[in-house]
Amino acid sequence: MLDILRDNWLLFLVGQYPNGPLGGLTMTLLVAVSGLLLAFPCALLIALGRISPYRTFRLPATLVVHVFRGTPFLMVIFWSYFALPLLVGDAIPGFATLVGALVLYESAYLAEVIRAGIEALPKGQYEAARSLGLNYPRTMAYVILPQALFNSLPSVLTQFVSLIKETSLGYVISVNEFTFAAAQVNNLLLTKPVQVFSILAMTFFAVCFSLTQTARMIERRIVRRRSGAAPGARPPVPPIAVESAP
Amino acid sequence: MIRFENVDKWYGTIQCLTGITARVNRGEVVVVCGPSGSGKTTLIRTINGLEPIQGGRILVDGTDIHARGVDINRLRSRIGFVFQSFNLFPHMTVLDNITLAPLKIGNRGRTDAEDTARSLLARVGLSEKADVYPSQLSGGQSQRVAIARALAMSPPVILFDEPTSALDPEMVGEVLQVMKGLAHSGMTMMCVTHEMGFAREVADRIWFMDNGVILEDAPPGEFFTNPRHPRAQRFLSDLRH
Repeated sequence: MLDILRDNWLLFLVGQYPNGPLGGLTMTLLVAVSGLLLAFPCALLIALGRISPYRTFRLPATLVVHVFRGTPFLMVIFWSYFALPLLVGDAIPGFATLVGALVLYESAYLAEVIRAGIEALPKGQYEAARSLGLNYPRTMAYVILPQALFNSLPSVLTQFVSLIKETSLGYVISVNEFTFAAAQVNNLLLTKPVQVFSILAMTFFAVCFSLTQTARMIERRIVRRRSGAAPGARPPVPPIAVESAP
Repeated sequence: MIRFENVDKWYGTIQCLTGITARVNRGEVVVVCGPSGSGKTTLIRTINGLEPIQGGRILVDGTDIHARGVDINRLRSRIGFVFQSFNLFPHMTVLDNITLAPLKIGNRGRTDAEDTARSLLARVGLSEKADVYPSQLSGGQSQRVAIARALAMSPPVILFDEPTSALDPEMVGEVLQVMKGLAHSGMTMMCVTHEMGFAREVADRIWFMDNGVILEDAPPGEFFTNPRHPRAQRFLSDLRH
């Protein structure tokens, strides 16, 4: 397995680059990061729509969330791949199709993460801001979102992990991401599929596991901060001592 | 300053305020007391529109605050509100908590707003806490900061919703002290509280509520020595025991 890695590490890492298109793990991370960066603002808007007091915003946002959470990602990819060129009237590169599909799909999930973060805040925060005379947008911008987004950071990271894994579905529309590179290596060697795909699996695991661990670390830090932040927080009451029988 | 005209409020089919008609004059301190569930907190929350009402009118400085087309945000910045649970913004320092409203809606410069905030902090005895986060404050200190924050837009009236109920007993005094100072400075105040000593000492009038109705509206001397309504008599005798 090590010699496979030694002979093909460049292909795994960057695909045919610089002699051909960029690919491999770098491509996977590039797709994932651009997917997250583009999905985040969309998710924020959808989340704000979901909690909006106005039906005009609430209904479409709710519809988007339910539609995408109720469809398999592979189907979203196919739709983007086959339907979008018909709409645009021109071929769309695989990279853009995959990122677009990811943004559509992940926005719905991230929106629910952000909404949970907003709804987990004590109602008093909203009331206090409104009582000061801040209008709804200012209350959101200065009081609610800074806290809610910070608190939902671990869940956003977790969502990012599943986003990384979803990029491997780009394989079906021939985006030369990490899984695609592994398949190429496999085609070169022909006889060692288990080893090649073990490398793929272990690398995915290493990347995703380290991100999950980061998320957990951040989460612990937030919990610690929050428990210190609770007004009038007292040390836990020691249990009533039960005399042990002699 | 504040006028209730025949105010009705319902939660679904349960009526929790019934025909409230009363007024708070400029510079007056009104303490609202009564058994729990009597509608005190609901009443005070209707004044700045945190709770909608279904009937009647509430006028603050002559403006009907539940009317359509009223700039509720502008009105709210003219009504200080102090919560039972402080509701300080945990992601901001004490100073930022106080300067938020003046900076974002008062169109004040930063140095100007911070000067005001520091003098308010001095007034509540917490000058040294300006750059601290709320998590590092005790309950009493948090509530004093919340009072300073409520005063930041220099409102002519300030409302207190059970400001000492969430505090450890030894911290009640420091908050009441600040409130007494405010009362003596001529601020118009309305305060829901169970602190009868405070009521006796600083209130101009006491409203006794039960079942969503104001049963008594009397100066403290009269209310404590000679309550007219049997429900108020029972409430006071229960307090003494």
